[in-house]
Amino acid sequence: MNARPASFHPYARLLHWSMAILIVAMLFVGVGMASTVSPLRQTLLALHRPLGLALLVLVALRLAVRLRHRPPPLPAALPAWQRHAAGASHGLLYGLMFALPLVGWAMLSAGDYPLTLAPGLTLPPIVPRDAALYALRRRAHTALALLLFGTVLLHLAAALQHAWLRRDGVMASMAPWRRRPGQSG
Amino acid sequence: MPTPEPLSAGQRTLRLTAIALIAGALALAFAASAGWLTPARLTPGRIVDALQGHDGLHPGFRRAHAKGVCVIGEFAGNGAGAALSKAALFAAGARVPVVGRFSTGGGIPDAPDGRVVFHSMALSFTLPDGSQWRTGMNHVPIFPVATPQDFLAFQLATRPAPATGKPDPARVAAYLAAHPETRAFMAWLREHPLPSSFANGTYYSVNAFRFIDAAGTARTVRWRMQPEAPFAELDKATLAQRDADFLFADLATRLRAGPLRWQLIVTLAGPGDAGNDATRPWPADRRELTLGTLTLERATLEDDGPCRDLTFDPLILPAGIAASDDPLLAARSAAYARSFTRRAGEPAPRSALARDPSFRETVR
Ligand code: HEM
Ligand code: HEM
Ligand code: HEM
Repeated sequence: MNARPASFHPYARLLHWSMAILIVAMLFVGVGMASTVSPLRQTLLALHRPLGLALLVLVALRLAVRLRHRPPPLPAALPAWQRHAAGASHGLLYGLMFALPLVGWAMLSAGDYPLTLAPGLTLPPIVPRDAALYALRRRAHTALALLLFGTVLLHLAAALQHAWLRRDGVMASMAPWRRRPGQSG
Repeated sequence: MPTPEPLSAGQRTLRLTAIALIAGALALAFAASAGWLTPARLTPGRIVDALQGHDGLHPGFRRAHAKGVCVIGEFAGNGAGAALSKAALFAAGARVPVVGRFSTGGGIPDAPDGRVVFHSMALSFTLPDGSQWRTGMNHVPIFPVATPQDFLAFQLATRPAPATGKPDPARVAAYLAAHPETRAFMAWLREHPLPSSFANGTYYSVNAFRFIDAAGTARTVRWRMQPEAPFAELDKATLAQRDADFLFADLATRLRAGPLRWQLIVTLAGPGDAGNDATRPWPADRRELTLGTLTLERATLEDDGPCRDLTFDPLILPAGIAASDDPLLAARSAAYARSFTRRAGEPAPRSALARDPSFRETVR
């Protein structure tokens, strides 16, 4: 059996925190732009689409890092149900990080919206044009985003619980700073 | 790993409270961004609700300009626009495919054509790099309202009362008293003739946009499609006696006989011309340029045509054309998306034109 590291690989931590900031920003930008008719909508939409696609690239990279570098084990003292809940919620977060940008792209493809990111750069549709599927995916984009926000809230609360109540090194294993040798967090 | 000092009951409560407060604050901020705490926010949903409240809910159809027909053709740039906009379709010799839709205003898909309403042309140009230019234009060069807030107020004030089926005159009067720009629009409609055909109508962008040239210089413009067919007037006195689909049938018949052409003309804003007020015409002496020719070759029913399952969002623009600061534009983009999502999610019944056997003959 491989020895498991005490903390996440630096790449994993870098990706986790940069993506955490961007994803939370995307959620706020998304619900903000979808609920207004003000010109702010256009500004936010111009941010939302390229940023969402960049996040698709980042999550693929992140999955590769995760498959190459095993994550640190959770503390042995953690009850089994919490271990399972942690695993399941991380799986869900990965699933949603892939699903949201893919559904975003697919809904625009189905709705025959050109996805022009920059002059001369128009991405091809990834699914055929289909109005009913456009409507379905547009609603799925909202539902999945709300699910993602709910899961992130629980994830945040669980992480803080590890940091402030259990103080069992889980937060430190993902902390963006370098841990001093021997420090358990 | 060393076991940390146990927490006192007080410390535990404090820390748990802190976690709950942090998560709660984030949730509250999210709700605020989404407008859930401010029901007064003007959302695209409220605008589309108002359109449905005005003309009734007709599942599967556009919530405005519900009655229409698809057209197919191409646009050829003559090179004159290249100095104003770097959009590829304005280059000399450029030819791009066009899908379009002619429609009459209002949200009732079965409404007869003989009404004093907008006659409209919507177009989607596909440029060589895959980007698109979509535009929805009306035969009236000005709009009744300047802001999305007034659009909503106007829809609500002129909504038919359930008891009479007619707008409440007192509400309409109160609205009009406060809105000289809407009165000016209504006067324009009264004083100007309706074109006798879709084919001889001029269609105006109404909103201002910006053309951006290769050097990055932006100019505020409006555009129009000017027909080659000579203008003829519709007799407003006999409108109500006309066949329900006469405008669309006339268009399809003309297209069967041969292509129809329009010139794309841009008007450059002069000093002091407002780019953010669609209710105000610009003076007639402004510099104008003809940028190319639109040729429409055939019409098809929207039921199986290429124009139904997309939306002519006026902010789908190629490089070289950009939004102005007209507040209607973002509202249009948002409301068209909402209308599109709603209708696309509903089963689409056959259109009025598809159910009209004599019309079907003309598009065969
Ligand atoms: C908002 C503040 C956040 C905090 C305090 C936080 C904290 C943490 C911590 C402490 C871990 C390590 C858990 C372990 O050892 O198993 C972790 C893992 C993880 N976090 Fe977060 N996180 C936050 C936001 C997010 C967001 C927004 C996402 C994505 C939507 C996310 C996705 C993940 C995933 C997928 C893992 C599993 C490890 C991996 O493969 O990357 N986190 N987080
Ligand atoms: C991590 C990735 C993404 C997240 C978290 C996200 C989140 C959201 C949220 C929360 C909304 C508002 C939904 C509503 O209130 O109805 C939204 C709307 C939208 N998103 Fe995304 N999104 C992501 C990626 C994308 C991508 C990649 C695209 C397109 C390429 C996209 C296109 C859109 C569009 C067009 C809307 C609707 C705007 C409107 O018409 O009002 N999203 N998104
Ligand atoms: C805030 C102001 C406006 C709102 C809320 C509004 C709303 C709408 C909606 C909801 C649709 C149906 C879209 C769809 O389902 O695809 C529509 C269609 C249309 N609108 Fe507007 N509109 C506004 C201003 C204008 C203006 C200024 C013009 C004039 C140039 C215009 C011209 C059109 C045309 C031509 C169509 C039909 C497009 C087609 O054939 O699909 N609208 N409008």
